[in-house]
Amino acid sequence: MLINQFLLLGAVLFSIGVYGVIVRRNGVAVLMSIELILNAVNVNLIAFSALRGDLGGQVFALFVIAVAAAEVGVGLAIVLAIYRNRRSVDLDELDLMKG
Amino acid sequence: MLASAMALPGTDDPINVAQTVGFGIIAAVMVVSALRVVTTRNVVHAAMWLVLVLAGAAAQYILLAAEFVAVTQVMVYIGAIIVLFLFGVMLTRSGLGADADLSRKNWFGGAFVAVVLLGLLSFSLIDTFDDAKIPEDRGAAALAPVDEAGAAAPASGEDAIVGSNTQAVSDTLFSRYLVPFEVVSVMLTAALIGAIVIARKD
Repeated sequence: MLINQFLLLGAVLFSIGVYGVIVRRNGVAVLMSIELILNAVNVNLIAFSALRGDLGGQVFALFVIAVAAAEVGVGLAIVLAIYRNRRSVDLDELDLMKG
Repeated sequence: MLASAMALPGTDDPINVAQTVGFGIIAAVMVVSALRVVTTRNVVHAAMWLVLVLAGAAAQYILLAAEFVAVTQVMVYIGAIIVLFLFGVMLTRSGLGADADLSRKNWFGGAFVAVVLLGLLSFSLIDTFDDAKIPEDRGAAALAPVDEAGAAAPASGEDAIVGSNTQAVSDTLFSRYLVPFEVVSVMLTAALIGAIVIARKD
């Protein structure tokens, strides 16, 4: 297998995730796009682990999964707090810090 | 250039057709599902498409002989994170049913950024790794844990027969990456307490 097929798959997933983060207005949908980006990183890490025969890549993928779980937990808690205060999770309406 | 400075393995190896076809099918499913995640008008449907992307990623890990990460991916992502997303959708009542306001009206800027980013990444990847292939005979010997001196530990014959790398992954995790592992457990505790403090009512 070419290493590039995995790396290009990761690049495509990353770009789709960036598109989602920019375009989505719902806080939960933005968090889903961030998950796409983290998965693209994981695909790259595992591919390089197989290319170099080094298990450090797989260990780092496990760390990324743990960080992603923590990130989703805290992120959804923030989205819930915003919903409780503003009755909306529309990111375009969150302009409290606008000067 | 970077390409000339690096020794790229397997440039002349033949391509394994079966593995490549399997990769192509899974990759096509993943890309289509990922596009649906960011374009569908229903948040619950987006979560369901995300399940397909995560399962495809787990299949790619198995194709790359990383079974332990694949199983962890299924358990943590599909088992826990998707459920968390569905709870988030339920508690915020954001789009049970189609919601036209899920995306911005002017998506051209985002599409432009994504396409330019993809072009740059593809160019640099193809320029750097153009024909490098993943070695076919990576068994227990190739993936054996590396000790402190940097020499690969000899793999026992039993590992080679079983063909599982879970033991090697745990050996690496609990020797060389022990301190990051402990830091991750502290971080998970902090995230747990933080999520409770942020989300509770008072």
